[in-house]
Amino acid sequence: MWLAELPSFIPFFLGALIALLARGHLRSFLMLAIVALSGIHLYLLPGDVNVTLPFLGYELIPYRVDALSVVFGYVFHIAAFISILFSLHVRDTVQHVSGLLYAGSAVGAIFAGDLITLFVFWELLAVTSAFLVWAQRTERAYLAGLRYLIIQVLSGVILLAGVIIHVQKTGSIAFSIIGIDDLAGWLILLAFGIKAAFPFLHTWLTETYPEATPTGTVFLSAFTTKTAIYTLARGFPGTELLIYVGVTMACFPIFYAVIQNDLRKVLSYSLINQLGFMVCGIGIGTTLALDGAVAHAFVHIIYKSLLFMSMGAVLYMTGKIKATDIGGLYKTMPKTAILCIIGAASISAFPLFSGFIAKSMILSAAIKEGHTWIWFALLLASAGVLKHAGIQIPYFAFFAHDSGIRTSEPPKNMLLAMTIAAFLCLAIGIYPKVLYQLLPYASIYNPYDVTHVLAQTQLLFFAMLAFVWLNLQGVYPPEIRAINIDAEWIYRRLMPRLLQNIFTWVWQQDKSFRSAFITRLNVFFDYLAQLHYPIGRAFSIRPTGNMVMWVAVLLAVYMWLLLSFVD
Amino acid sequence: MQEEKKYFFDKPRNISAVLYTLYIACGLLLLLDFIVHRHIVHHWEELLGFYPIYGFVGCTAIVLGSKVLRVLVQRDEDYYERK
Repeated sequence: MWLAELPSFIPFFLGALIALLARGHLRSFLMLAIVALSGIHLYLLPGDVNVTLPFLGYELIPYRVDALSVVFGYVFHIAAFISILFSLHVRDTVQHVSGLLYAGSAVGAIFAGDLITLFVFWELLAVTSAFLVWAQRTERAYLAGLRYLIIQVLSGVILLAGVIIHVQKTGSIAFSIIGIDDLAGWLILLAFGIKAAFPFLHTWLTETYPEATPTGTVFLSAFTTKTAIYTLARGFPGTELLIYVGVTMACFPIFYAVIQNDLRKVLSYSLINQLGFMVCGIGIGTTLALDGAVAHAFVHIIYKSLLFMSMGAVLYMTGKIKATDIGGLYKTMPKTAILCIIGAASISAFPLFSGFIAKSMILSAAIKEGHTWIWFALLLASAGVLKHAGIQIPYFAFFAHDSGIRTSEPPKNMLLAMTIAAFLCLAIGIYPKVLYQLLPYASIYNPYDVTHVLAQTQLLFFAMLAFVWLNLQGVYPPEIRAINIDAEWIYRRLMPRLLQNIFTWVWQQDKSFRSAFITRLNVFFDYLAQLHYPIGRAFSIRPTGNMVMWVAVLLAVYMWLLLSFVD
Repeated sequence: MQEEKKYFFDKPRNISAVLYTLYIACGLLLLLDFIVHRHIVHHWEELLGFYPIYGFVGCTAIVLGSKVLRVLVQRDEDYYERK
């Protein structure tokens, strides 16, 4: 049936067209309906699909549905549906259109069976998402969006270079395991790494996500990085390097997250920490680890958007998002507070919440493969997640000091979107089989044995105890109106400064060279002038006199020659 | 002016109730370590109270570490905007 071969991104792009043309409730209804229908369509597919399309002697595969890509397809549909529902109250066509195009590009990228199609959607992801940042319409957002776009497009250019070399070498454009045996592999890994927010390549994320619109960040948090996780799982499973990259990503952001004042920036760092677990799982590369990474991506998208939604709701209702400005909001936004706490419990991986059933797979895989230190570090990162995302977010927003702000619950569509996400967090946490049966590598894992549950609960409760203790001791870092510099300092401060200095030096050299040259020239001209001006030596005798003198000289020489040859 | 409504955590009694619940829960969890027989993958886990200790110490280390980090990386809010 031809309908089975309809690539999933097409309904999204159609939806964007509808969002452009329709208005009001009709638009809201159609946007949600088309995403829901696309999701049902994907769910009803009888099995794997491979749509091929000949192009310039190559075989493009614009639509490949298999066990790995379909899981991401499902969760991207869920995320798109929730994000659209969350943003329905927004009266800004730009955001609706770009949101749908962006989600559609992500869906296109994960179902891309070849590298050329992947490249096209890779760049579309960059361009469409930038509008979600610019839609905030502040100068900061405009500049952040511009830097974001430059880095994202750069990732695409590197990808293209890698793909060209790869195709030259292998003669195939198929997107399967790539590996890092040659330059092509390294370039492609670097391109994926930029989008996956590898250390030092991550600041596009922490700079941009806090600047986007309250609803835009919910879209952003779901798609770009998880598309990169999918491509890493597809192209580089079992690459040992990724274990170390992943563990670094899981650990360093927790220190940064604790000291941020902007709560959406806390969540951005926490997002990198979560990606670290996934990258680590991909690096370990056993079926359990890979399934763990995929499962973690799945649950993570849902609870991360729940957390970003709750902070988006706070920002939307109060216009503030810095820990120093808000607090005590549980008094007027109790429902949002509870939903936020559900998200926080999920990301902290409390048993019965969705994070637990996925993260423990990766930890188990690490220890089973003998990566003791990695396991040890990931365990620390788990305690850190609780610290910055599990406690800090709900605590500073809804409790802590009373900011005196009295507001009300956000619009119904926002609450409904958060409720759906919270429901999914609990449902997957309580009944993990729903997710496990979707996993591509069919590993067998039971998260709910006594050992796991007890260990995780002990870890988390004593981490909470530490928080309480540090707070009572007054040791806990207070909220301060400040920013913290990170790797973006290299391109926002160091490089401009260096370039400025280099150019100043070059200009100085240029200036002194010119002035030295001009001085020399002037000296020379003075000398010439001395020689040639009427008062100068060369012209002290009149031209006629001069002539007479030279004739006399010539005559003398001639006479001397003549006389000396006569003998 | 009308007195503002008292909310749940405006009463110190409620705050300490929450805190004591946490303390008791932690105590019980620690006790369970002596009772429950766990199947252990790594020998570190044999240590009694490994997870509670690691959770508490790890969390404290993170907070102290980030205080150090703050000294190094903290700047004024308009750091990048300033020329």
